[in-house]
Amino acid sequence: MTQLANSPKEHLLVHAERARERVKELKESPVPVIYVGCATCGRAAGALETIAGFEEVLKDNGIEARIEKVGCLGHCYAEPLVIIQNPGFPALLYQKIGAGEAGILVRSFLKDGSDPCYEYLIGALETDENFPTLMDYPRYLYENRVVMEHCGLIDPDEIDHYLAVGGYLSLAQGLEKGGEWVLEEVKSANLRGRGGAGFPAGRKWEIARKVEKTPKLVICNGDEGDPGAYMDRTLLESNPHQVLEGLALAALAVGAERALLYIRAEYPLAVEIMERAIVQARGKNLLGANILGSGFSLEVSVFKGSGAFVCGEETALIESLVGNRGMPQPRPPYPAVAGLDGLPTVINNVKTLSTVPTIIRHGHQWFRSIGTEESPGTAIFSVVGEVEYPGLVEVPMGVTLEHLVVDVCGGIKDGKELKAVQIGGPSGGCLPASLMETVIDFDSLKTVGAMMGSGGLVVMNEDTCMVEVARYFTDFTQGESCGNCTFCRIGTRHLRDILHSITIGEGKMEELTDLEEISEAVIKGSLCSLGKTAPNPVLTTLRFFRDEYIAHIEEKRCPAKMCRPLIAFYIDLEPCARGCDACVACCPTDAIFTTSNRKKAIDQEKCVKCGECVYACPPEYDAVRRVSPPEMIPDQGVEPLPDTEKEKEESK
Amino acid sequence: MLDQLLAALNETERAAVDEEEYQILQAVVDELPAFSHEVSQLIPILQEIQGKHGYLPRLALDMVADHVQTTIGKVYGIATFYNQFRFNPPGRNPIKVCLGTACHVKGGEILLENFERRLQIKVGETSDDREYSLERVACIGCCALAPAVVVGEKVEAYVTPSKVEGIITEIEVRNEMAAREQAKNDATSE
Repeated sequence: MTQLANSPKEHLLVHAERARERVKELKESPVPVIYVGCATCGRAAGALETIAGFEEVLKDNGIEARIEKVGCLGHCYAEPLVIIQNPGFPALLYQKIGAGEAGILVRSFLKDGSDPCYEYLIGALETDENFPTLMDYPRYLYENRVVMEHCGLIDPDEIDHYLAVGGYLSLAQGLEKGGEWVLEEVKSANLRGRGGAGFPAGRKWEIARKVEKTPKLVICNGDEGDPGAYMDRTLLESNPHQVLEGLALAALAVGAERALLYIRAEYPLAVEIMERAIVQARGKNLLGANILGSGFSLEVSVFKGSGAFVCGEETALIESLVGNRGMPQPRPPYPAVAGLDGLPTVINNVKTLSTVPTIIRHGHQWFRSIGTEESPGTAIFSVVGEVEYPGLVEVPMGVTLEHLVVDVCGGIKDGKELKAVQIGGPSGGCLPASLMETVIDFDSLKTVGAMMGSGGLVVMNEDTCMVEVARYFTDFTQGESCGNCTFCRIGTRHLRDILHSITIGEGKMEELTDLEEISEAVIKGSLCSLGKTAPNPVLTTLRFFRDEYIAHIEEKRCPAKMCRPLIAFYIDLEPCARGCDACVACCPTDAIFTTSNRKKAIDQEKCVKCGECVYACPPEYDAVRRVSPPEMIPDQGVEPLPDTEKEKEESK
Repeated sequence: MLDQLLAALNETERAAVDEEEYQILQAVVDELPAFSHEVSQLIPILQEIQGKHGYLPRLALDMVADHVQTTIGKVYGIATFYNQFRFNPPGRNPIKVCLGTACHVKGGEILLENFERRLQIKVGETSDDREYSLERVACIGCCALAPAVVVGEKVEAYVTPSKVEGIITEIEVRNEMAAREQAKNDATSE
């Protein structure tokens, strides 16, 4: 590459300087600045109402303040999250701020400046004498935020926010040193694809780079369809320019002139934010023709995926781009050799591409110092289910599941027992508590029958039935199977039907062998990894929780008391309080009636077993019992209150 | 072209195309020329039609097939393959119950049942008065707020069976208030 008078870096520094000044203005603002997390999950928790609340109370009190919408910090348990930067105080992070709390914060903190409202405070973003800092919490201390470093702290709609924290510097550096150098850096870093399979990104790029056909294409795979995983969405919504920078670097390394963002149509906010980010980047010549005067050009556009889980598979994704049903095709040829329209096409996951700028910036040695030898870097998990602090967690590869669930995420809620973690979504497996010492990396998880997948991790306690979980995932993959391979199409259906019959108490012992045999056949007879991994939830639950299957079949009993055909609810007359109507009011089918001694009982014919009465029953009585099998209901000699009595009562 | 397609239908089929659908179809006739005739445009075209009109009327699929020079079978095959597309009009209050892993474990299925019972429609259906439609979705990515339900554009977090009742009542109250407001305005304008 010829050395230009004005190098890309110099070009970029002009932008960065201006951006830093704008952000400095914000950081040193004489009036308070309120940052509200407004990614999809924040909005679900009511972030927009929070903003409206702030605006109203600020106006009523005549206080001037700026409100900035930022992305997601990943601390979903504490949404809506608000950071307040009040002059004279460090920036403070608050949790669960609804419109009401917003009013309190304005009146007691912004108006008088006296009370920082410790009751809602998590901590200060930076070390301070008077406040706890975020680093005092295990969630922050144990995490190693490499990819998500700026998520939730910058405004995704402002390219300047990203530029001010060193954004696009890696791209400028890459443009100066050339695509070959970028490729070598990523190869030396041994960055493995974060989409689940863990194929080295550098190798994929090298294959495409060496193919002589042009033009080449790079695609960012944002078709996150795995139920239980939402980190791709968070990255797209919270730091879109980092994804674009990674995409541009990948294109540079591969020698592509066109790039595509494939994003699920179900993520409208992510699509909107990315489209805006592309326009902004083009406006600053960070995308488009002759980027930063380097001679390298890249056109980026967005394609909305229509919601098919199988389209996360490379070849299926390409099929959907040309207007076909998303059916995987045999490989080779690999898309990196002959993909869209027969041209070399590199497809990388959002997380993979988001990692690239950090590698270029800090060097491959730095990257390899994080994580393990074979799986360097960090892993992002969406830890949900029965943990104290669910949300997005970025930890170095190589930590144990125990560490992730107990130390980082606060362990199991309500003092219950950990039963299993489901890792990797429909392609992954259920690991029992005894395997919690398993190390998290691409290879260790495979040896125990699970896989990294896209990083969904659902923590389950004793109230979750493993057979039902297996049925749920098989039902999902069955519905998402494209129908091409017989074993996947029909095999998953048989698996689901057998599992269904077990959960309703009609299973037979010999069917357990059938499950195993069909699973083997589906693995062997399927073309793509959807089919190849679909039986994982069945096989792992059979391996680690076989006794639960047996209880369902032989005793017609669901040990977790979750499978509704095998359970029943009854009200224990002893603790039930005379005259209390809490459960009656909540019952959606009017199944609860008053007994002759004016306590309550459940009409089993009408009961749909929704479990609502369990929550409605005041904790001091705690009278609703759940039993399995249904015959376990004791005979308490329940008699309904005679109609004459009822009338008497009503007339009173 | 629309008239041709209508003429090709049999008596009952033609009767099923109501005024509203007819207007949608006419709008589609006007919108199609904006797209190129390549088959690769198929999915974006379908997305556009559904985005504007809420669903894909049957005859619209015929028109799309004609536009990109392919068979109706191919268009129908695509539209049914992807989860995004629907073939009946959504309700004014579309309700989507999330059945992702976390929501499922926390009783999403029970919520779905409650909505079915309360609204007297099955999943995938729209109520006769077009007020509600009920769908299941694989995951909306709000797993930490499970179980979640999307009503219109709004995500409801930590939903319970009794909250189902509350959600519907809220909509009913809102409608009732709007109706009264309307009646009041009508009265004053007279």
